[in-house]
Amino acid sequence: MERTIRVLVAKPGLDGHDRGAKVIARALRDAGMEVIYTGLRQTPEQIVNAAIQEDADVIAMSILSGAHNHLFPRVLELLKDKGVDDVLVIGGGVIPDDDIPGLKAAGIAEVFTPGTPTSATIDFIRNNLKRKA
Amino acid sequence: MDAAALLAQRVRAGDVRATARLISMIERDDPSRLETLKTLHAWTGRAHIIGITGPPGSGKSTLTDKIVSELRNRKRRVAVVAIDPSSPFTGGAILGDRIRMNRHSTDESVFIRSLATRGHLGGLSRATSEAVRVLDAAGYDDIIIETVGVGQSEVDVVRLADTIVLVSVPGMGDDIQAIKAGVMEIGDVFCVNKADRDGAERVVREIRAMLETAVLNGASTRFSVLYASLAAESAIPDSVAPETHDYFQQGAAHHIAKQHHDHGELDLPPVLTTIAESGEGVRDLVDAIKAHETGLVSTGLLAIRRRENLAWELGKAAADRIQSVLEHEERKSAMAELASAVLEKRTDFYEALDKLERSLAAAYVAQES
Ligand SMILES: Nc1nc2c(ncn2[C@@H]2O[C@H](COP(=O)(O)OP(=O)(O)OP(=O)(O)O)[C@@H](O)[C@H]2O)c(=O)[nH]1
Ligand SMILES: [Mg+2]
Repeated sequence: MERTIRVLVAKPGLDGHDRGAKVIARALRDAGMEVIYTGLRQTPEQIVNAAIQEDADVIAMSILSGAHNHLFPRVLELLKDKGVDDVLVIGGGVIPDDDIPGLKAAGIAEVFTPGTPTSATIDFIRNNLKRKA
Repeated sequence: MDAAALLAQRVRAGDVRATARLISMIERDDPSRLETLKTLHAWTGRAHIIGITGPPGSGKSTLTDKIVSELRNRKRRVAVVAIDPSSPFTGGAILGDRIRMNRHSTDESVFIRSLATRGHLGGLSRATSEAVRVLDAAGYDDIIIETVGVGQSEVDVVRLADTIVLVSVPGMGDDIQAIKAGVMEIGDVFCVNKADRDGAERVVREIRAMLETAVLNGASTRFSVLYASLAAESAIPDSVAPETHDYFQQGAAHHIAKQHHDHGELDLPPVLTTIAESGEGVRDLVDAIKAHETGLVSTGLLAIRRRENLAWELGKAAADRIQSVLEHEERKSAMAELASAVLEKRTDFYEALDKLERSLAAAYVAQES
């Protein structure tokens, strides 16, 4: 049986807009994935614990507030502390190009900036899952 | 130690990842889960299982969030299984219940898991029941099941619970009719949420009136049996109580409830108002949920209800297995062949049915071995 991909969509940081996160959540659902949407202003601790309880294959974070250089790597650090090495972590939102190499070095698998078609995110997830059926 | 035993041990030791993994195995019907579930069986039966059901948007998740807080104040370890619908077109789902509760995700004594209905109902009630057992074995004291909405599908899932909270809200209009038409019977505790809105008191009165009518008509509701037992417990001296089993029967329940009425104190389940957003009324709601559990325990009904539920689950599981045999290609062509035979008058419908049943039984036995 085909494995259903579970994606935790989270908005870390203090900004109060989740339109982008909702758009991607719907696109992932329409691609047959199960999206656990955790809403606004999530701390890295909340995101990681939720991903573990939900047994998510993917954590997709979106951020507009500019705190990505701190919050994204923090999520990866917490995953590592808890011995979780098989969750794909991706990010999106308003992220300057200059910051992307640093985020990737920290373990963010891919960064999707505004304007990226949702299909690119869907394909990326399908092709880069760390856990196979 | 083999993988299944190891997984069971990790779940027992409170390893959240192991518990989460096992629930995923349950969701995808992975046969390798069965050994682990069998091992965990010895540690089940301790948790109080609470079902929260009610129409979409009535505030079930918000209420669950506040109930979790209140139970945590009481030093209980709490697990939540929150169910949302899968899209019938893509199979995908947006599981949004967690939004209202995610602040608890950093509390180590709380475990929240979202489940999608994934198409068919038999599968959902199986997955929910197995997930609840895993959480029970993992040592959570209270396990809350939040259902999708109100309807026949809910009744199946809610059947797994010891205590069912039926949530309504003011301004539902026709929905209250839907509740009248059959879902009422499943409630143990009734909650009118969004009491900050107009009309909450009217909904309370309507629900009370419906419950009263149900009791006076002798309808077999979950609560009528409980109140009859409680009344019997207080009315009958201990020395004779063990012999008097018949007050579990509907007639006796009716009789005792009616007697109470004649004394001007008809026993009805609690109908409470809450404002889930602010948490108002939630402490009383949790008191009522816990009082219900106490009543189930003191009357011995908890064991009876669980036995009934389990018998029902066994029946469902067996029906699911038989269904899968029936849907096998071989059976399908046999059925097509029998249909032709009936149409061409080579046999009649009932002879064809008997024949199908025999071949089904044979196939079923073959599949089992
Ligand atoms: N005014 C008011 N709004 C409330 C109350 N409780 C919940 N809500 C709001 O009602 C909406 C739905 O709440 P949820 O808790 O998601 O309801 P639900 O029953 O879990 O919804 P589904 O899971 O989608 O069926 C949200 O916008 C809540 O903020 C309340 O007591 N008063
Ligand atoms: Mg909900």
